[in-house]
Amino acid sequence: MIFRKLSGGPAWDYNEFDRLRRQMEWLSNGFTEGREAMTGSGVFPLVNVTEDMDHYHIRAELPGIKAGDIEISVTGNTLSLSGERKIPEEKDNVKYHRRERESGKFSRIITLPAPINTTKVAARSGEGILTVTLPKADEAKPRQITIQAA
Amino acid sequence: MTEKESKALQAKEKTEMAPSAELTRTGPVFTPAVDIFENENEITLLADMPGVKTKHLNIDLREDVLTLTGDVEPQENAGEVAVLKEYRIGRYFRKFTLSNLIDQAKIEAELRDGVLRLRLPKVEAATPRKIAVKAG
Repeated sequence: MIFRKLSGGPAWDYNEFDRLRRQMEWLSNGFTEGREAMTGSGVFPLVNVTEDMDHYHIRAELPGIKAGDIEISVTGNTLSLSGERKIPEEKDNVKYHRRERESGKFSRIITLPAPINTTKVAARSGEGILTVTLPKADEAKPRQITIQAA
Repeated sequence: MTEKESKALQAKEKTEMAPSAELTRTGPVFTPAVDIFENENEITLLADMPGVKTKHLNIDLREDVLTLTGDVEPQENAGEVAVLKEYRIGRYFRKFTLSNLIDQAKIEAELRDGVLRLRLPKVEAATPRKIAVKAG
C-alpha cells in the first residue's frame, strides 16, 4: 500500500477490493451453478461439449456402462446417444442398506453448431467417461488467411 | 464384540461449505451415489465415481469410519474451448460409519468403468468359548 501511495495511486488498495469482488462473484456463481446441476436438463446423460480448431469433443459420465451397451450414431450435425445402464442383480441373500444407483435406458440427441465429418467420428470410454471426437467438416473449419505483402 | 444385530451402515452426509472446515483445494465436492448391501459374511459397497483414476482414489478405514475420496482431473486437452457445460467435475467424498467389525486385511477394492466395488469382510463372529470348571 505504501508503494501505491508513493506512486500517486488511490489510498485504498485496489487489489483488495478486486479480490473481494471476485470472491462475491465466485460465491454467487457457486450457488446458481449448484442449483442448475441439481435440476439438470432432465435428459440423461448430461454432456459437456468442447471444441478446438478441428474437432468437437462430447463427453458424458456413464459409470458402469460397458462400451457395448452404448449406441452412437451421427447424421449431419446431430449426434444420437442411446443405451442402457444395467445393474446386475447381486447374489441371493443380500440385504440392502442403500440403493441410490439407478439403472435404465437412455437416449439423447445433441445438435452441434456446425456440420461434421461423419465418416471420421471416434468414440472411446474409460473410467466411466465416454468421449466422442467429431471432426468438423472442411467448410466449418476456420481458415487461416495469410496477408500478402504488397 | 460389538452389538451383532445392528447391521446398518450409517451414512454421514457431507455438509457442504462448513465454515469451520476450510478446504485446501478449490472446486466442488460431490456425494457419489452408492449401493450398500450385505450378507452374513461381508458388506459390499458400490459407488459411482466417473472420471476417477485408480491413483486418485483414496479409501480410508479408521476405527469404524470409512472414507472415500476420489479426485477427477479435467478431461479436456489443451486448446479445447467449452461450448456447452452440463456437468461439473470435482471431488467425490463420502463417509460412513460401519456398525460391523471389518477384517481390514481382507478388504478388496476394484475400480472399473468409474464404479468402485468395495468388499468389506466381517470379522468372524467370536466363537464362544466354554470354560470347564474343575471340581475342587
